[in-house]
Formats: sequence, C-alpha cells, structure tokens
Amino acid sequence: MLSLSTQAIQAEAVSPVVLAACGLGMTYRTGKFGDVVALTGVNFDIRHGELVSLVGPSGCGKSTLLRLMSGLITSSEGSLLLGGEQVRGPGPKVAVVFQAPILLPWRTILQNVLLPVEFREWPLQDYRERAFELLDTVGLADFANSYPHELSGGMQQRAGIVRALIQDPQILLMDEPFGALDAMTRERMNLDVLRIWEKSRKTIVFVTHSITESIFLSNRVFVMTSRPGKIADIIDVDLPFPRSLDLINTPVFGDYVGRVRACLQVSGDLS
Amino acid sequence: MSACSPIAGGSGASRAPVDSGGSPLRWVRAHMQWTLTPLLPLVMLAAWSLACHQFGAPAYILPSPEAVLDALRDGLARAPMDQGGLWFHAGITIYESLCGLVLGAVVGTLLGFALASFPALDRVAYPVLVAFQALPKVALAPLLIIWFGLGYNGKIYITAIITFFPLLVSAMAGTHSVESDRIDLARSCNARPMQILRKIIIPSAMPYLFAGLNVASSLAVLGAIVGEFVGARAGLGMLLIQYNQAMQTAPVFAVLIVLGLIGFLFNYAVKVAEQHYCFWAQRRRHTLRAGS
Repeated sequence: MLSLSTQAIQAEAVSPVVLAACGLGMTYRTGKFGDVVALTGVNFDIRHGELVSLVGPSGCGKSTLLRLMSGLITSSEGSLLLGGEQVRGPGPKVAVVFQAPILLPWRTILQNVLLPVEFREWPLQDYRERAFELLDTVGLADFANSYPHELSGGMQQRAGIVRALIQDPQILLMDEPFGALDAMTRERMNLDVLRIWEKSRKTIVFVTHSITESIFLSNRVFVMTSRPGKIADIIDVDLPFPRSLDLINTPVFGDYVGRVRACLQVSGDLS
Repeated sequence: MSACSPIAGGSGASRAPVDSGGSPLRWVRAHMQWTLTPLLPLVMLAAWSLACHQFGAPAYILPSPEAVLDALRDGLARAPMDQGGLWFHAGITIYESLCGLVLGAVVGTLLGFALASFPALDRVAYPVLVAFQALPKVALAPLLIIWFGLGYNGKIYITAIITFFPLLVSAMAGTHSVESDRIDLARSCNARPMQILRKIIIPSAMPYLFAGLNVASSLAVLGAIVGEFVGARAGLGMLLIQYNQAMQTAPVFAVLIVLGLIGFLFNYAVKVAEQHYCFWAQRRRHTLRAGS
C-alpha cells in the first residue's frame, strides 16, 4: 500500500502538467434574467496519465467545466491551459465521450467510429484497421457492420468510447457516459474504462454524480459544489491499480466515500 | 395495430383458447387490409353499375363502368406518339410534373437549408415567403401561361411554385430538429460548417424532406393539370377540358383513372426512395411502436 502510493506520487512528480486552470470561471449572460454564474474560481493542475473524476450534484457546473476543457465553450474568466496553451476551441488533443452515445442511426458502427477521422480529413484507410482493433478491445468486433439500433445501450456507449479513442487524444473527457445504463452494465463499463486507461495511459477526466464511481475511477477526485459551481476539495485516492470491483467493499474504499460525502455535506449540497 | 399484436398475444395468454376458436368474423377482422379493403371498391363499383343500369342515369352524367373501361382500353390501345391516345398526353403531363417537382423541390430544399442556417436571412426573407405562400398559387396559372406560352415551360413553373413550399418548410423543420448533441459531437471533432451540413444536418433532416416530398409529389400532378386547364396544346388536363366540352363523359372518367394511377405511382416512387434513404428512421419508428 505504502509503496504503491509513493509510486503514484513519483509518477505525478515526473509527468508534465497537461491541463491547468487558474481562476477559471463561466458566467452565462442571459440578458432578461441577469447573469448566471455556472462556475467560479476553479484552480487545478492535471498531469499526464492521471485519472481524474469530477463529482457533484446536478447544477454544480461539472458539465460546464468539461465543456470548457473540450473547447466547445470558452470561459468568461480566468485561464485554461492545454499543454501550456490557452484553450480557444476544440482540437485534436482532446476527445469527448458524451452523456448519450450520439451514434448516427444511418451509419454502421464502423462508419460511426470513423466519423471523427472523416471530419478531421485524416486518411480513412489508415484508420480502418485501428478502428477494428479498438472495437475488438471493447468486444464489438462482430458488430462493426451493425447499425446502432441493433446494439444495447451499453454497447452503444462502448462504440462512443471507441469513436473518441480513434482520434488518439492526449486527454479523454467523459461526461457522465454511463448515467443511463443499468447498475450491472455500469460496473462492467467502469472496469472497461480502467482497462483502457491502463493500456493507453491517457489522461482521463470523468464526470459523474456517483460518489462510488468517482473514487473507483480515479487517482484524484475533484469534489464540486453548486451555487455557484466550484471545486470544494480535491481528494487524492491512494488505492492500488489494477482495481477490481471487490475494492468497493473494502473499509479503505468506504473511508474515501465518507470523505467525499462529508465534503459535499459541509457545503449543504447533500443534506 | 398489427405491430403490437405479438406483444398483446404474449400478455393475453389466458385468451388463447378463444383466439384459436377462429370464427370467420374474427379472421376477417384480423386481416382487414386483405379482406375489407378490396371489398370497398367492389361495393362502389356495384353501386355505380346499379345506378347506370337499374336507375337509368344518363350517360353524359354517369357513364356505365363498361363504357369507361372501353374508353380506357381505346385510349391505351393507341401508339405512344398518337395524339388521340392516352399515352401521349399522360407522357406530357408526367414530364411537366416531374420537371416542375424536381425544380421546385431542389430550390425549396436549398432555400430551406439556407434560411435555417442563417437566422438573419430567415428573419428578412421568411415573412415575404409566408405572404407568398398565403397566395393561392393556382391563381398564378393564367399569368404564367401569358408569360411562357402554351408549351411545357409554363406548366413546369406552376408545378415548381406549388411544390417549392412543402420542401422549404420541411428542410427548415428538419434542420431545426437536429439534436444539438450531434452538432456538439461534430464540433468537438473540428468539423467545418459544410461538413456538419453534409454529414449531420442533411441526413438528420431526411425524414422531414421525404414527408415534404410526399406532399409535393401529389401537388406536382395538380400543378401540371391546372396549367393545362388554362391553356395547352397537349396533356391530360387539356384532354379533360376537351372531352368535358364535348360532353364525352366516359373518356373523362378514363383520364381521371389515368391521373389517379400517375398520382399513385409518384407516391409509390417516393415511398420506395424513402425506404432506401431513410431505412434507419423507419426502423426506429417500428421499434418505438413495438416498445410502446
């Protein structure tokens, strides 16, 4: 246990910062109803290869923060640096797995997975093989030529993950990707995420409103609270990898759950 | 109704003995589209025949079914280029309708996408277009005949004007209906606006476009016929007017039957194309129905 946590610290010290926020904030100007502060005073450093979860109640700005990281929206205050450069829009370094799978129903799974390659005008032929490999790793190899409606919800979301991975991003942003799935599928998908992370060592930022999921899927949990949305605390999770589902039943895991919950309770979001 | 029956059958297992009792009436009710639907025109035909032969309706008001069939057979027996036959005039009406439909649909669709993509253009141009739509466009037919003469062009333009609006409206509705998630997905992959239009918006709008095309395909024949009514040298519309003025009612009926068939063919062609290009939307509708 001790050796692993020191290992983790060493890794953190060596890895470069890939994403850094300083005084980051987002205020929506709605005109009629005045300004709505969705996010304020956010500071963090995310290092390469980290597995970070954003957890918090709905309305705490965690999706807003993720959209800022993806470049789909631009901040109204502060700075957000990706590899040392201010984020000004979407780019190839970041890929997003959305809440819904958003597979286009007129395209096969393979064609859906290759959509980002088409948009970025990369040579399709080079990526086809890669797409098959990735589909194979998530158990969808036999469904490459199926249409989305022929797949279950969990399988659709796996295809959504492959569509993000095909772009080989530095950072994978996941916006509550398993919220709509049943509990058992969700657990299996969590293991898939860990497996993908261990294999690729990509930086993953995972948004969730499940405390258990946030701890299980990260080495750091950003606990967020609402009104206005901000990061209340950052909790280091010193639990060894690879992780199995049994970990969730251990007392140590329970302690982390308690800490995250306490943090949410202090701010009155969980009372 | 029939799509639900497998599910209903599963839940209603206790009713199974009654169902398998299979009285003829129940069988007819279960297969209504194969039993009662063909029966309906037969009943109408019988009533028609009865009105002619038993109650002696005069032939210039209601010709007998046999007379209409004779007129139809006579018209269809002529060579395709024979100006006294139905083929020649049907060909011209189909030509005018199709050209008008293609012209109106293409312009309407393009303008619809343009209006939906540029809100400023929408605000400026849409009120004008709505005002134009409020005008009964059939009333423009005499004017267009003056402008373009008795040839095909006038009819093509009338048809185009009539079929333009359904496609404009459905292209706009289709664009506005695109889920913002799909646009976000494309933007997160650095898609350019034209790529988003081609790969996301146009395919997403397809079911709407086909709904518009379905309406427009019926209107297309109407446009050509109205144009021919006003003034033409050939076409089924002109034929109708001529037979009508000569009080030859049986050939009028024959022309109406041909017009009905053309309308049906147009509709069928749109349905086939829709099944090919929007197979995904139909499947989704089926699963929705089965799920509800």
